[in-house]
Amino acid sequence: MIDVLYFAWVRERIGLPRERLETSAATVADLVAELKAREDRYAAAFADVSALRVALDQELSSFAAPLAGVREVAFFPPMTGG
Amino acid sequence: MQVRVQSAPFDYGAECAGFGLGGADVGAVVTFLGVVRDDRGGLSRMEIEHYPGMTEKAIAAMADEATRRWSLADVLVIHRHGPLQPGEAIMMVATAARHRKAAFEAAEFLMDYLKSRAPFWKKEIGADGAEWVAAKDEDEDALGRW
Repeated sequence: MIDVLYFAWVRERIGLPRERLETSAATVADLVAELKAREDRYAAAFADVSALRVALDQELSSFAAPLAGVREVAFFPPMTGG
Repeated sequence: MQVRVQSAPFDYGAECAGFGLGGADVGAVVTFLGVVRDDRGGLSRMEIEHYPGMTEKAIAAMADEATRRWSLADVLVIHRHGPLQPGEAIMMVATAARHRKAAFEAAEFLMDYLKSRAPFWKKEIGADGAEWVAAKDEDEDALGRW
């Protein structure tokens, strides 16, 4: 099981802040493909992954990164702090 | 080093008053205050979302890096989240170093990294609706100089 978190407009498009999923995805990109196939709202949120960032266990990562051992995946738009 | 992520307001004057003072190795203190700006007019509030847990870790890592690179005697970062009004303080950075160049550079480094690498997202709510603030290319490019 893996916790998947969504922030900002990704959260709004998908309609929930977090969910717990059973997945066999080997990489972040595989997980995105699984999510996009589930429902239109996921397909809409992940339509352009170049507009998204991903964190694995609260560290910025990449869509090519493996998911083995990861407990928490977060998807969000580029950050706007400061 | 102190990192605080909070919804409550902070007292910039009080935070600055004693910061970095009292040690023989400090010759320069730089402080910066970020304020909610109303660029287009008609902003009723700004809502700042963040990623609890990652936010604190990411900022602490930036502050550690700044401390190491500029041999800071002290560093303070406060960043708010939640609803904010135009004119309210969003965040502050303070750095204390032996010399002003290090204190200024470390503060700028922290500001550049907070903009693009701390997990905050700003939403502007105005009379004509709500809109997420888009990240700017120039903010991403600013990281290149470090």
